[in-house]
Amino acid sequence: MNSQMNLPIYMDYASTTPVDPRVAKKISDHLTLDGNFGNPASRSHKFGWKAEEAVEEARSHVANLVNCDPREIVWTSGATEADNLAIKGIANFYKKNGRHIITSKIEHKAVLDPCRQLERDGFEVTYLEPNEGGLISPEAVLNAIREDTVLISIMHINNELGTINDLSGIGKIAREKGIFFHVDAAQSTGKIEIDLSSLPVDLMSFSAHKTYGPKGIGALFVRRKPRVRIEAQIHGGGHERGMRSGTLPTHQIVGMGEAFRIAKEEMNNDKKRIQSLHDKFYKSISNIEEIYVNGDIENKVSNILNISFAYVEGESLIMALKDIAVSSGSACTSASLEPSYVLRALGRKDELASSSIRFSFGRFTTEEDVDYTLNLINHAVDRLRELSPLWEMYLDGIDLDTVDWQTH
Amino acid sequence: MAYSKKVVDKFENTINEPAKYNVGRFDPKEMNVGTGMVGAPACGDVMKLQIKCESQGNTHVIKDVKFKTYGCGSAIASSSELVEMLIGKTLEEAKEIKNIDIVKALELPPIKIHCSVLAEDSIKQAIEDYEQKQ
Repeated sequence: MNSQMNLPIYMDYASTTPVDPRVAKKISDHLTLDGNFGNPASRSHKFGWKAEEAVEEARSHVANLVNCDPREIVWTSGATEADNLAIKGIANFYKKNGRHIITSKIEHKAVLDPCRQLERDGFEVTYLEPNEGGLISPEAVLNAIREDTVLISIMHINNELGTINDLSGIGKIAREKGIFFHVDAAQSTGKIEIDLSSLPVDLMSFSAHKTYGPKGIGALFVRRKPRVRIEAQIHGGGHERGMRSGTLPTHQIVGMGEAFRIAKEEMNNDKKRIQSLHDKFYKSISNIEEIYVNGDIENKVSNILNISFAYVEGESLIMALKDIAVSSGSACTSASLEPSYVLRALGRKDELASSSIRFSFGRFTTEEDVDYTLNLINHAVDRLRELSPLWEMYLDGIDLDTVDWQTH
Repeated sequence: MAYSKKVVDKFENTINEPAKYNVGRFDPKEMNVGTGMVGAPACGDVMKLQIKCESQGNTHVIKDVKFKTYGCGSAIASSSELVEMLIGKTLEEAKEIKNIDIVKALELPPIKIHCSVLAEDSIKQAIEDYEQKQ
């Protein structure tokens, strides 16, 4: 063990990333009197003009990373607001065309909860089942389409599994049927190429803080050609061409812009490095008996790896791994005792779902971090299995499904 | 996680020194061994508790205990705590142990009370199993 290691080790980049020091510098240049602090909406003086310039430069950086027109980027407070704006915005604007929405069971709550809200408002929502690898197939989407379907909302990369959905396939179907297609891409930026000039996607949500930017800022891509219209959800001043009012937070916006500029520049390097860490981690952890990878290993990003350790309960494993920061399921649900709804949707049994841990690596993860983590996992799993009556039964050759358990 | 220091310490000590903290198994067929197993994998916790007793006069005394627990940190800490309470007690005394004793000893948060209930059930079942054999 290296005594100089900074513990705990952060292995939870999919929940949030630290702000890149270059981004932090940019943010702090836009706060104080001697910095660029003005209100970008002020038209009558230089403070406003300079702030507006910074905001528009940041907008270009965001647009560049995903290859769209800067005028198609609407600032929001984060991906959650972007998801809300897209889903409620389309549903409310086009409700005369129909009141049916298609989404999936493994979406983030920022998509599921607005859909639930629309159900209360009289919309109908179809929640698609993923296949056992955690993917939503274009065929499943096609089969769910009805006369009155107005919106399809499917995520790009699943936050718990890292699996990558086929946006071209789903988008092509949406286009053919004339249905709007929204994509939650909070986990994608800087990890995987996004080319909105060719992808048949109408709306896409982004987050800054998953890509080394600050929390509290995100964006919604709203396509201009063919034109997509949405009903604003926040009113008060008509900022962002009326789609999202509220004074633009210059410092947050330049932070997101800088983070996305760096992401474009460094994506290939980051990807290569993280892939090699992932491969090392996966190869080593595969030597542990009775582990299961959740999500299709052939169709996922390398920064997320979700593993179930059979016969070991997840919360106790996290407790035993106190020197590494990981999450079981998504951070939003890890405070509850319920197994992850995403893993359940894959058809995992409750006990396997609740023994799952999501490891996620990032720009600042080192090979030493990975080695240290692997050591700890091996140790913790050994110890907890020694303590597990289920592991004992497994070694004795007892099929746990045949045991008459006393449920409580 | 709202765990008390007591739960964390008990959990860590138990996994780091399993032998000292009575992790293990007895042969369940032995006549002086009583086994209780409660809970279910799908519910997230299973406790297996075994007591080894000796008859002394007209009573039976718990001489040794072994346990294994699959569950969250406080389920593991609860069974470990219970085991310490049991050694040296007569069966009559052991039957008096209630889940609230474990809740108090470990300062379990309300959301984890069921772990202590499970622990109480496991000792009841182990005693029942032992008594049926006598």
